[in-house]
Amino acid sequence: MPDTAVADPPAPGESRSTGPTRRVVTEVPSVVDRRFNAITLGSGIAVLVLLVLVGIFLLIQSSEALSESGILRFLTRTEWRTDVQPPRIGVMGLLAGTVLVALVGIVVAVPLSIFTALAITEYSTARRRRWLIGVVDLLAAVPSLLFGLWGFLYLSDKIIPISTWLTQNLGFIPIFSTQENASLTGSIFIAGIVVGLMVLPIITSVTREVFSQTPPGEKEAALALGGTRWGMIRSVVLPYGRGGIIGGSMLGLGRALGETIAVALLLPQVPQRIGDSIHILQNGGATVSGFIANRAGADSFTVSGLMAAGLVLFIITLATNMVASVVVARSRSGVGVEL
Amino acid sequence: MTLASERPFAMSLSSTTIEEPPSAHRVPIVGGPPPGAATLEAKGACAWFGERLVLEGVDLVMPAGQVTALIGPSGCGKSTFLRLLNRMHELIPGAALDGEILLDGEDIYATGTRAQQVRMRIGMVFQKPNPFPAMSIRENVLAGLKLARLKCDAKDDLVEQSLIRAGLWKEVRDRLDSPGGALSGGQQQRLCIARSLAVQPNVLLMDEPCSALDPTSTRRVEETIDELRGEVTVVIVTHNMQQANRVSDICAFFLAAENQPGVVVEQGPTAKMFSTPEDPRTLDYVQGRFG
Repeated sequence: MPDTAVADPPAPGESRSTGPTRRVVTEVPSVVDRRFNAITLGSGIAVLVLLVLVGIFLLIQSSEALSESGILRFLTRTEWRTDVQPPRIGVMGLLAGTVLVALVGIVVAVPLSIFTALAITEYSTARRRRWLIGVVDLLAAVPSLLFGLWGFLYLSDKIIPISTWLTQNLGFIPIFSTQENASLTGSIFIAGIVVGLMVLPIITSVTREVFSQTPPGEKEAALALGGTRWGMIRSVVLPYGRGGIIGGSMLGLGRALGETIAVALLLPQVPQRIGDSIHILQNGGATVSGFIANRAGADSFTVSGLMAAGLVLFIITLATNMVASVVVARSRSGVGVEL
Repeated sequence: MTLASERPFAMSLSSTTIEEPPSAHRVPIVGGPPPGAATLEAKGACAWFGERLVLEGVDLVMPAGQVTALIGPSGCGKSTFLRLLNRMHELIPGAALDGEILLDGEDIYATGTRAQQVRMRIGMVFQKPNPFPAMSIRENVLAGLKLARLKCDAKDDLVEQSLIRAGLWKEVRDRLDSPGGALSGGQQQRLCIARSLAVQPNVLLMDEPCSALDPTSTRRVEETIDELRGEVTVVIVTHNMQQANRVSDICAFFLAAENQPGVVVEQGPTAKMFSTPEDPRTLDYVQGRFG
């Protein structure tokens, strides 16, 4: 047995005098296992290497712009002007737009996702459940370009009445205010809603997964105490799924931050100005990814600046996704959930 | 009868400051069940899972304030019957039923009767302790009030009374705000009993409440059942013959022949069922010859 190394057992007579002999059994894995191990480990490492390479590439490409404007100034400046000497470029205006679009998207998508997930797990027969899951998965398969076009050509006009109502009735809240005679098309609000619909499937599937793992015993206990189905959901399913809801929302946020096509189509891609108040309901705004998509193919300095903006987005989405997986993994419900 | 008359552990109050027994005055709950124990009666109860008939023609009276034990081998329909009694059966997809379940003479399956109302009056304790882990001990006890939307002005009294009745007060009185999931298995089960009692039900159903517990915890739960006698009607499913003999006044023996639905073979006072039953199968079962 060359694969198994076992120390000789002590002879019966001498074991008493020398005491027990410590024996470690080690097994050399078979060739099949070794190969399989190497393949899986290799794939895992390849993904990590890829991630690091993308980061290094962005860092090298952006070094020109970053050294020209200084990292701190690049991070805090809202302007983006390459027509002046020296060029004044900064990522803050784009970042503000990115975060605003993503937040509008999350505000729209999270409640819809939670109710969709509850409809699937708690209020459906087995047949309707399968059907609904299929529909949500289909929604995830729609190319983002189609979402963008649909939002641009169709949904935009339908949202404008909502924008009008919001600004007329809630205009006293600074973020809902609009400037006089401002156009309401191509707004962060509209882009955010479209992005929200795009991230809805991912949030729905994470929350659905954690809701479906709610211990049946606790659900029965709530019903047996005289609770309604909704009461049971509120006192058992939602508390149990809280980690999944937060994690899923952050995962959706990560997606929303990087959404490109829809915002490139919908927004005018003018960097957001921070100084005066932000008007999400009126035409204006830009996001990092949308801005990059619109400007790609410019001169080398501009491209370097775009790379720097991309690097910032890369770091932010990476951090968001990591926090999301930690939140989900740490919650009671998320233990078995794959992200 | 059984140990019931001796009440060996009824003095769980000895170290508390209250002089009267906990049941002396009920903490008032607005909108809760009517006071007192209620008689539960099954008339021709049948149950199906999908197309399969699992329980047929059960007629059984569970008298108010007494303890009824449902015994029989696994798969004979005892738990199904128990779940028929508070409309938990209908939660299983494909489940169907026939017959009547009368709570003080009124059919709980009558049209217009809400399952929530029925379950509020007929509480249930499950095989596996299932406290709400995110809630504190106190919140667990009061969970039923919130779920059934009942009002109570003396919540602290209700928590204390329910925990005393469940035999858990002395162990948790100093840590009512710690999570219910941190208790031991036996304590969790008594917390679940306290949670059910806090709604002040007329009937308490127990589905093998001690099968996941150690002997000491089992004894505590049996003491609790004993103390509930007279205040609440108790229906308990158990696989433990000694337990059925110890705690129950009335006993019903369920049996299912192979590929046949479960039926009640014999029922009667526990003492008679365990000494001189009429059906030889009952004698074989209570003496441990099969099952």
